[in-house]
Amino acid sequence: MAADTPVEYIKHHLTNLTYGKLPEGYERADGSVVQEATWTMARTGQEATDMGFMAIHVDTMGWSIAMGLLFLGLFRMVAKKATTDTPSGLQNFVEMTVEFIQNIVRDVFHGKNPIIAPLALTMFVWIFLMNSLKLIPVDYIPSVAHALGLEYFKIVPTTDPNGTFGIAIGVFLLILFYSFKVKGAGGFAKELSFTPFNHWSLVPFNLVLELLALIIKPVSLALRLFGNMYAGEVVFILIALLPLWIQWTLNVPWAIFHILVITLQAFIFTTLAVVYLSAAHEDH
Amino acid sequence: MNINLTLIGQTIAFAIFVWFCVKYVWPPITEAMSARQKKIADGLSAADRASLDLELAQEKASKELQKAKEESAALIDQANKRAAQIVEASKDDARKEGEKIIEQARAEIQQERVQARDALRAEVAAIAIAGAEKILETSVDAKAHSEMLDKLAAEL
Repeated sequence: MAADTPVEYIKHHLTNLTYGKLPEGYERADGSVVQEATWTMARTGQEATDMGFMAIHVDTMGWSIAMGLLFLGLFRMVAKKATTDTPSGLQNFVEMTVEFIQNIVRDVFHGKNPIIAPLALTMFVWIFLMNSLKLIPVDYIPSVAHALGLEYFKIVPTTDPNGTFGIAIGVFLLILFYSFKVKGAGGFAKELSFTPFNHWSLVPFNLVLELLALIIKPVSLALRLFGNMYAGEVVFILIALLPLWIQWTLNVPWAIFHILVITLQAFIFTTLAVVYLSAAHEDH
Repeated sequence: MNINLTLIGQTIAFAIFVWFCVKYVWPPITEAMSARQKKIADGLSAADRASLDLELAQEKASKELQKAKEESAALIDQANKRAAQIVEASKDDARKEGEKIIEQARAEIQQERVQARDALRAEVAAIAIAGAEKILETSVDAKAHSEMLDKLAAEL
């Protein structure tokens, strides 16, 4: 590991493997100067920061896509040979999950939209799988990556704000889309202008309030998930700094507790997204 | 904690996953589930119907059984009566036959008695003639005395 002090160790574990564009004339960590703007793998956290927006977290993308494919592969396999007779073990499990999501959507969502339930299923299982990567001991995969020559490697996509905000933005776009589709542009504008106070003089006030409420939805979704996962990850890293013989007394209970947190956060994210989408479908 | 292109990448990945799930994962699973639900509901109602049918069939069977019992009892009754009749009739026949046989026997006896008497009578006549011949020492002309002889025979 490249980390010698605890602070460096923690920083190292919280830095993503970043592939991005370094500007012309940038002095890299080893003292060399970039002649012209180039796309390259960041060697330090500072380099990753300096890449700005034109960079991509390879580990976040890789692991989230891997988890998505795992979810879709597993469920598609079951879907393909779904039988109406007595289901096998895996089909039972998949149907249990599907039924769980169906119940949430039935309770929370009052419109009619066949997209919402599979959307919720995707969110729930995908986020659950990404969160559960956290239960892998913090040093295992970064060590393997290090042996393969990758300096940084953060495997839990939901501890990266890009990961959670990416999903929340998707939900936000759907909220906007359905608001316009169901209420129409006029109806949507009217809802933003005349709630909660139905008086013309309070339209500006309403607008500020409602737009804020609208924008806060994806932000709260993303930050809640990110915050919970990030904080949990930091605690795991802190525990990993303790002497070897005492670690288990702390990280075993913490991991057991996180089995709950992982599921709960996936559930909250899904349910709230469905609640927001349901509000988007309601025409007053 | 840098915000960068990963954000957009994640949104795109999310969109693709949702699309795939909507199109290829959700429909077959939920269809299979609702099909199974329907199947189970059908099975349950079929079972209900079957138990109702069974009840009806049992009722019908017990009715049939009752009817059969009654019929058989009637048959036995009839047969008993008939048997009694036959026995009565055969007793009657036997009695008649017996009487007839007795009658015949009586007639035969009567006839034999008559024959025997006739024979006896003839013999007695002959003996009487023989005795008279002895007494008269002459033969009696049977022709000349046939009238007398017949009279004698009739008296015997």
